[in-house]
Amino acid sequence: MTDLSNDAAFVEFQRVQKSYDGEILVVKDLNLSMPKGEFLTMLGPSGSGKTTCLMMLAGFETATHGEIMLDGQPINNIPPHKRGIGMVFQNYALFPHMTVAENLSFPLEVRKIGKSDREAKVKRALDMVQMGDFGNRRPAQLSGGQQQRIALARALVFEPELVLMDEPLGALDKQLREHMQFEITRLAHELGITTVYVTHDQTEALTMSDRVAVFDDGRIQQLAPPDQLYEEPENSFVAQFIGENNTLEGTVKSINGNTCIVTLDDGSEIDAMPVNVSRPGERTTVSIRPERVEFNKDRLHSDAHTLKAQVKEFIYMGDVFRFRMSVAGNDDFIVKTRNAPDAVRLKPGEEIEIGWLTQDCRALDA
Amino acid sequence: MRALMLIAPLLVFVLLSFVIPIASMLFRSVENGIVSETLPLTVEALDGWDADGDQLPDEAIYEAFVRDMVVAIEAKKHTRLGSRLNYEETGMSSMFRKSGRALKKLNPDTDGPFKDQLIDIHDGFGELQTWRVIKTHSVEVTNGYFLNAIDMQRTHEGAVSQPEDKQILVKLFIRTMFMSLIITGSCILLAYPISYLLATLPMRVSNLLMILVLLPFWTSLLVRTSAWKVMLQQQGVINDTLVWLGLVSDSARLIIINNQIGTIIAMTHILLPFMILPMYSVMQTIPVTYTRAAKSMGATNWTTFWRIYFPQSIPGIGAGSILVFILSIGYYITPEIVGGTKGVFISNRIAYHISSSLNWGLAAALGTILLGVVLILYWAYDKIVGIDNVKLG
Ligand SMILES: Nc1ncnc2c1ncn2[C@@H]1O[C@H](COP(=O)(O)OP(=O)(O)O)[C@@H](O)[C@H]1O
Ligand SMILES: [Mg+2]
Repeated sequence: MTDLSNDAAFVEFQRVQKSYDGEILVVKDLNLSMPKGEFLTMLGPSGSGKTTCLMMLAGFETATHGEIMLDGQPINNIPPHKRGIGMVFQNYALFPHMTVAENLSFPLEVRKIGKSDREAKVKRALDMVQMGDFGNRRPAQLSGGQQQRIALARALVFEPELVLMDEPLGALDKQLREHMQFEITRLAHELGITTVYVTHDQTEALTMSDRVAVFDDGRIQQLAPPDQLYEEPENSFVAQFIGENNTLEGTVKSINGNTCIVTLDDGSEIDAMPVNVSRPGERTTVSIRPERVEFNKDRLHSDAHTLKAQVKEFIYMGDVFRFRMSVAGNDDFIVKTRNAPDAVRLKPGEEIEIGWLTQDCRALDA
Repeated sequence: MRALMLIAPLLVFVLLSFVIPIASMLFRSVENGIVSETLPLTVEALDGWDADGDQLPDEAIYEAFVRDMVVAIEAKKHTRLGSRLNYEETGMSSMFRKSGRALKKLNPDTDGPFKDQLIDIHDGFGELQTWRVIKTHSVEVTNGYFLNAIDMQRTHEGAVSQPEDKQILVKLFIRTMFMSLIITGSCILLAYPISYLLATLPMRVSNLLMILVLLPFWTSLLVRTSAWKVMLQQQGVINDTLVWLGLVSDSARLIIINNQIGTIIAMTHILLPFMILPMYSVMQTIPVTYTRAAKSMGATNWTTFWRIYFPQSIPGIGAGSILVFILSIGYYITPEIVGGTKGVFISNRIAYHISSSLNWGLAAALGTILLGVVLILYWAYDKIVGIDNVKLG
């Protein structure tokens, strides 16, 4: 993992705004700082402005406001071809009229690298993605996964320090995608390149990245390492977007340091950790991960608040049990337990009491 | 079966409007029944006559001729025959017309011998050439029209060149090809940047531009061509402007109408949309990510264009070029109006033979050759570029 305290930012967005039509801001006040060698993922729903950010960094769109810095230099006035940034596109953008080797050789040719050097580098890059024997094929003669590898090799062959990838695995099937995820992170770390990776697939973002920037509505909602993002979401959008999540609506009754009491809409009270609430009376959405819900009373604090729950559905998934429950008016409350030897299999219709540790239940914005 | 029924109207339409006319043209270009139909006995009798010798046909042939002619005059078919033979030998038409009245009075059974009488009626019947022409063109399927189409002649001695002063068609063919190439070339040069803009500008602007491109289609071809006539003449807008700007002197106004330049200018303008549309539709499908990828790899704008964008736009150039070239080698109205005598195309000659000289056989032969040229070009293009590379959308 990268040492984040080494704060010589390699890529930096400073208060960047972007509007295509002069009216609607698709990127609003973006601040982001990346050290060298980091693998950062921009994660967000479609239309949240991820591609736009990438294009501004690559130089194909200009920021309406703000400054983008690369290695300490503002790059707003540097044309794309002088930025030395490798790119991988979702549709691969392999040149159809050139062979694979010619595709890879292109960035070297325009850099006026000699023929023998070029050939050596192309071969090395092809070997790197295990495509050594495919140099003479045309892109159209390759499968999606193979094209993906070539696109990757082409973005890396001229040894850029920064590589941008815009949903590069979006068109692959699940198995291939998982394999390529591993492949890409391996290469990125081996070569020590700084990577900005765009995806709308949260699993991809969590498994690959050093840090994840969750985008919504043109803003970074949270920028954090994957574990922190999952366990400590800072607002209800992030909590909902990353992983499975239960939400309950209510009003803050009292706050006492690191705990607060929330009155749910049906009148029951629960303990929660105040994250986005500051004073009693505020509306809040509390968020609890399904695997952090406990219905074994022995494991709960003696004075912890509990809620009544009715089991609606039991789903056996092999490694885990999944229960759908009705809790405080929410019929889609999910609880997961590990399939351990002592695990209880609740039946539909059973009434139980559930609770959780205070720090696992986060009181977020309404 | 139901599918067949559905396309039946189209099938019938294509058959009626396309296949049948072409077939009939091919047929007309070699069909030559008129001589043997009108003069069956004469043709049979001429069989034994030696056209290469210097002896006039004997009495039997003259008698057969009179018998044929009396029937033909009765049916009023002799002038048509005269016109047909006039294509090959000037004077035949008037000879048949003039001698008709006298021949009609002859009774084939009682008024013989006819040889001297006929020569009395018209000197032409005493000339070897008359009988040679009749004999040479008595075949029912002839290559005569095709020979004429390439400035040659079917004679009793075989195919020979037309006299110098009648040689015009080959020159016209070459001119048509050459000027069509120039027109295609100028269309490519003008259409490429426009199509590029259409394909790359933001939607709102490019839609406006597209309307401007299509605007000419809303105006009659005749109006557009006539407008060029006004623009290009020596006292016209262009010359006036150039004189006013001082670029040419008043006494040396440019001659840009009634010659090849006029035809090239007007036809380039008129055919331009046919180049732009296929080019545009190909360019539109070139994803912007290709150029972006190239630039991210360090290619300058020019390198990106030349090595990435241009090669992928070639199918559009090919499709547009075929379309424009084929349209222009068959173009008629514009060269007719602005071409004068130096700027006319082979199609104007075809039109002349169809409507003025009424030599439909020759017109058909010229049309067939034109069709053949198009097919050969198409084939060559397929060999070189590959017709499946041509995208119209
Ligand atoms: N070239 C463009 N012109 C106008 N609007 C655009 C353009 N590209 C993207 N947008 C708009 O900007 C917003 C963000 O798009 P984008 O950055 O592509 O989002 P993402 O990559 O996260 O899906 C969307 O609402 C999209 O419609
Ligand atoms: Mg996108």
